[in-house]
Amino acid sequence: MNRRMLFLLAGAMSAAFPLIASAESQLTVYTAVEAVDLDRYKATFEKAHPDITINWVRDSTGVMTAKLLAEKDNPQADVVWGLAATSLLLLKTEGMLEAYEPKGVEALDKKFVDKDTPPSWVGMDAYVAALCYNTVEGEKLGLKAPTSWDDLTKPEYKGHIVMPNPASSGTGFLDVSGWLQMWGEEKGWTFMDKLHENISSYTHSGSKPCKMAGAGEAVIGVSFEFPGAKAKSAGAPIDIIFPSEGSGWEAEATAIIAGTANLDAAKTLVDWSVTKEANEMYNAGYSVVAYPGVAKPIEHLPSDIASKMIDNDFEWAANNRGTILKEWQKRYDAKSEPKS
Amino acid sequence: MTMSLAIDYAPLGKPLRQEASRDDLVKMGFMAVIGLYLIIALGAPLSIMLSKSFSTYRFDLAAFEFQVSDETGETWGAPVTADALNRELGSVTDSELATSSDGRLAATKFFKDFSFRSPVRYRIRGTTDDTAFLVGSALEKGTQWREYDSGTFRRVVLRPASSLGFDNFKTYFSTPALARSIYNSALMAAISTVVTISIAFALAYGLTRSCMPLKGLFRGILTIPILVPSLLPGIALVYLFGNQGVFKDWLMGYSIYGPIGIVIGSVFFTLPHAFLIILTALSVADARHYEAAASLKASKWRTFTTVTVPGARYGIVSAAFVVFTLVITDFGLPKVIGGQYGMLAVDIYKQVIGQQNFEMGAVVSVILLLPAILAFAVDRRMQRRQVALLSARAVPYAPKPNARLDGLCLAFCCLVSLFILGMITMCQIAAVVKFWPYDLTLTAKNFAFDLMDGGGWAAYGNSIKLALLTALFGSLVVFTGAYMVEKADGFRACRGVFHFLAMMPMAVPGMVLGLAYIFFFNNPSNPFHSIYGTMTILVLCTVTHFYTVAHLTALTALKQMDPEFESVAASLKQPFHRLFFRVTVPVCLPAILNIAIYLFVNAMTTVSAVVFLYSTNTKLASVAVLNMDDAGDIAPAAAMGMMIFYTNVAAKLIHALIARGLLTRTQAWR
Repeated sequence: MNRRMLFLLAGAMSAAFPLIASAESQLTVYTAVEAVDLDRYKATFEKAHPDITINWVRDSTGVMTAKLLAEKDNPQADVVWGLAATSLLLLKTEGMLEAYEPKGVEALDKKFVDKDTPPSWVGMDAYVAALCYNTVEGEKLGLKAPTSWDDLTKPEYKGHIVMPNPASSGTGFLDVSGWLQMWGEEKGWTFMDKLHENISSYTHSGSKPCKMAGAGEAVIGVSFEFPGAKAKSAGAPIDIIFPSEGSGWEAEATAIIAGTANLDAAKTLVDWSVTKEANEMYNAGYSVVAYPGVAKPIEHLPSDIASKMIDNDFEWAANNRGTILKEWQKRYDAKSEPKS
Repeated sequence: MTMSLAIDYAPLGKPLRQEASRDDLVKMGFMAVIGLYLIIALGAPLSIMLSKSFSTYRFDLAAFEFQVSDETGETWGAPVTADALNRELGSVTDSELATSSDGRLAATKFFKDFSFRSPVRYRIRGTTDDTAFLVGSALEKGTQWREYDSGTFRRVVLRPASSLGFDNFKTYFSTPALARSIYNSALMAAISTVVTISIAFALAYGLTRSCMPLKGLFRGILTIPILVPSLLPGIALVYLFGNQGVFKDWLMGYSIYGPIGIVIGSVFFTLPHAFLIILTALSVADARHYEAAASLKASKWRTFTTVTVPGARYGIVSAAFVVFTLVITDFGLPKVIGGQYGMLAVDIYKQVIGQQNFEMGAVVSVILLLPAILAFAVDRRMQRRQVALLSARAVPYAPKPNARLDGLCLAFCCLVSLFILGMITMCQIAAVVKFWPYDLTLTAKNFAFDLMDGGGWAAYGNSIKLALLTALFGSLVVFTGAYMVEKADGFRACRGVFHFLAMMPMAVPGMVLGLAYIFFFNNPSNPFHSIYGTMTILVLCTVTHFYTVAHLTALTALKQMDPEFESVAASLKQPFHRLFFRVTVPVCLPAILNIAIYLFVNAMTTVSAVVFLYSTNTKLASVAVLNMDDAGDIAPAAAMGMMIFYTNVAAKLIHALIARGLLTRTQAWR
């Protein structure tokens, strides 16, 4: 009984004096990384820095970006760890990011670091555009697997392709921006005009096309490599194809929110986020990471994905996003008539 | 009347008026509090949203000044505004100047011979402190001249300034895909209304005018769709008629994604609403009309068209408006099964969540508000003209057995029940199958919500919490409010305004309410700002969203109570609150319980309003269904939908038990 009282007292004390109990800092970290990875990222970081505790706030990329923008005048986050670089560029242009050069950033692939010095964001890993092809349904329909983007415009695929809507999905936008950067405006839009003829529907999220292909709702899903590998592990009869022309991609990245009250802890987190150890951790889910030479192949994915990535100009993509989407909606949304 | 009665029985010399007016003051205070609630929770957010739809973004060309050097980069020309340059070149049209908050305009557009290789240098500045432009992705502001070489100047883009105007509406109507949604939404709502009303009428007719067996069972089955989120029929339809669907061939090559899916799904989730309204309308029948028709030798068809249908016409009209409003404002179903078919409610979501274009979201909301308000207003007018069908001398109609009619009605009820149960069963199967359609072994892994997007089991817990809080506070606020409207004497004008406010939520689509809440509560200068992102705002929003039906239920129950109670209480000098707690509440307990279960069930299933308001700590099960479906995890989405269904069934059973227990205790007088 006495011992129990003691416990209760100790509990009450530590509740009353949290500052005495631990001299640690709390970081509010906004993120869009997969729900399954959160605990692992937190545990690995807190093992390296026991004095800092991460409090995650997680949602999908679009919702997270909207949330950050809505909180522009009264930011709640200290750090953003794991949000699309294009989204972070949007925040940068609103003056919401604290420029900071993390220790050891020079070791990272230049593609993954903001071009300004000091950089406003640093990358973690990449997701790369890929096709998910359902072999069972393909065979039933007597189709051959596509090997290039150009193949997708062949008439035999009519009504069998789904892709994400670039207006609502970051993956959809990286596809469109990738095509326009690879081929230039004119050829890019001509390609999309022809592709549009074959599309059965544009989805709201970027991983859904791959899952639809996995479930046989579509034959080809224009998506990215991560949900493809995941669906294949779950038993989906799909092949993951990287088109021969090259693939658009997006970086997941880290940034400090300007005006944070925990700047030192935030810098510690960003410093750690570019280390080799952190990149090895990202590699568990992503086959391309910012630290060269770290990545090990992932089950169901080829080892040379990095070589498929086009030379992506994030700044161009972010500054032209509005114009591109307006044009896209003008061309394809209006034509999106029901098939019946 | 009340006053004079009180005076008649009052002992002499007591200042009775004082007593009554203190009571009235308390009542008025209550009414003011609940009126204020409705203004904060409904009026103010909607008006802020309206003003937001007029908040536009435009490139203010007069606010930018340029200076250009010669080839040496030393001698500078005179400063010139972008406006002047554009008038000369005409490179940017007026419609291109209207943009969104995210708009960007390349500065090089104003220089015809621009080359990023030339040695010419450029200077740019704003004429006001707020004028903003970007160099690449770095933000620059203010009236300071800044100088760039041509290679860097290529990366300069102008940012828009915010102002007021009709530009958003112009942009909306000149974007064909968006404007088309108006037509699509109206068409879908109209078709669904006709189909649903026909089916609901036939069902209600069978249940009231035939002697078919199992009426109670059918009544139960037909209300099942109320217990599930409207996303669930969408998911069921994907499994039944999708490209890998069980009955795909039934569609003869047409795709379920689009209008067909929207109509079938809409019929599913609106059927109970229409059915219950028409059932009530048909149950009130005077047998003497039928006897008169029979004695005049009217044919069965003639009796049907001249007695049955006219008797129920107000119910039919009312049901039609309810269905129309539900379909045009529903968001979950077209999101799942709509494919490329644009609908207004989905457009709001796409604009706000997909493109962070809050202003355009507000424009679509305003447009969506119009048909709903119109339907609501017409319905109110019709209701007012309703005359009492049932006079005191009416004889309740009792159907006579008729083998053919009874058989027909039974067959039809079975068919519709099969449709409803089939949809639910399909979801149940989807929820427990490993990998549809390639691996049909049973599994529980779809219930491992913590491994998916959407919020995991915590979301389910939050939903139950929300439903309980909504039921508790909602019944409290609604019943007290209805009591003030019905039983308070005087303040006619006040009561009128209050009643109007209480009826308004019916006409406000959930998406619109949710978006209005963002604008109103997510403003740091709002004193209620701190509830943003908490459970409180979800409860507030949900109670307000479902206020009207609950209010009407309470009002009906209160109207059944004789006003004499108030007079007697006054004459016995009892304060109104004693009467309220000792008599009114116990008598109306069944109605209060009905309000509570109505709010509970709807709080579990609602998506549209809360989808904009949940935060990371207050994710909800219904929103999780949406987000998991969005991410392509359809089986877990079905599993979560079924969890909501089980919970609502359990809640209904508990409600029935409590109601029975309480009724025997409090309603013995009946």
